Amino acid sequence: MITVDATGLSCPEPVMLAKKAAKDNPADEIQVLVDNATARDNIVRMSRGVSRTASVQESGGVYTITLARP
Amino acid sequence: MESVTKERVILIVCGIAFAVVAIALAAMGNPKNMAICIACFIRDTAGSMQLHTAAPVQYFRPEIVGIILGALLMALGTKEFKASAGSSPFTRFVLGFCVMVGCLVFLGCPLRMVLRMSAGDLNAWVALIGFAAGIFTGVMFLKGGFSLGKAAPTRTMTEGFVFPVVALVLFILSLVTTLFVASAEGPGSMHAPVIVSLIGGLVFGALAQRARLCFAGGLRDTFLIRDASGLITVGILFVGMLIYNLVTGGFNVGFAEQPIAHSEALWNILGMYVVGFGATLMGGCPLRQLVLAGQGSGDSAISIIGLLVGAAFAHNFGLASSAAGTTPNGQIACIACIIVLFAIALLNLRKQSA
Repeated sequence: MITVDATGLSCPEPVMLAKKAAKDNPADEIQVLVDNATARDNIVRMSRGVSRTASVQESGGVYTITLARP
Repeated sequence: MESVTKERVILIVCGIAFAVVAIALAAMGNPKNMAICIACFIRDTAGSMQLHTAAPVQYFRPEIVGIILGALLMALGTKEFKASAGSSPFTRFVLGFCVMVGCLVFLGCPLRMVLRMSAGDLNAWVALIGFAAGIFTGVMFLKGGFSLGKAAPTRTMTEGFVFPVVALVLFILSLVTTLFVASAEGPGSMHAPVIVSLIGGLVFGALAQRARLCFAGGLRDTFLIRDASGLITVGILFVGMLIYNLVTGGFNVGFAEQPIAHSEALWNILGMYVVGFGATLMGGCPLRQLVLAGQGSGDSAISIIGLLVGAAFAHNFGLASSAAGTTPNGQIACIACIIVLFAIALLNLRKQSA
């Protein structure tokens, strides 16, 4: 499990970091932390392009997006 | 999580609504081909407060306040309001300043560029080359590790409300006092009734928040992550305005005699190059900055103050172009802004992690 902390960053940075992590670690599940809905939506949209399934959990204003291998 | 289809439908509906608002505002008195230009309207607002005294461009534009408050209300409704700040605020001020100088050398923000394109103004099509090149330059730096750093949630929600409240208070002052001046002639004298402008701004701001409308972001994400979904709303706005212009006879292909525009291709390109590059570095076009400030970003509020001060400087020091063309000072400032943007981009590259 790889964790990318992109809290405090606004797009496009979170989606770039998530995409890079997915590319560099093709076998691993990736967890991305973001704190704004735009970044959340962009990462979920990006996940479709890199053959990952995204699931989102929200807690205290921070979204944890898990990018799993299908 | 929403399906792709639902997301697309929302973007399409918002795109149509943006076109309707722009058409309504232009039809009811705002300058043609300007309708809801963010740079022009921040400039007019600066003029109304006499931060500059260029007589034809002074009017407190309710659209600007409407957009900020519309975004605030939508963000509160969708629980996306979040008070945050601290991502290189003064650098963002400088970026906002440079973007406004670029806008006023070209004569319009990216939104107005699209409106001008839809009316057949070929100068705006030329400027699009510069805008795209500027975004592409910004994307290269983003790929190279450019970042202005993290914003942090502020200790209380207050920070996020200060800017919208200040905008609202100034708007009320513009209604009930004679503190702010208004142009007797020129673009500043052309405006829709206040209530129409306010409602138009509210609708535009609320939907721009929902659709994440950004005239720089759409191209940026296409270049950067091959995600063209941000271009859907911009495309619909363009097509809607194009149809309207064709039907009403407002479509007039050419370089000459376009409303509030000049035909100096080099400076149209370089002006919008500054805007594209600067907007990419600060994370969004002037419209997006208004929306982000409305949903609680203190950093974007500072960017807007940069835009406001940039507009004041542009008119106080003769940087802004007019229908007669660019000015020598404007050309120098435009080149200086490009140098400043490269310096900011280079000096904020973080080390690549791997």
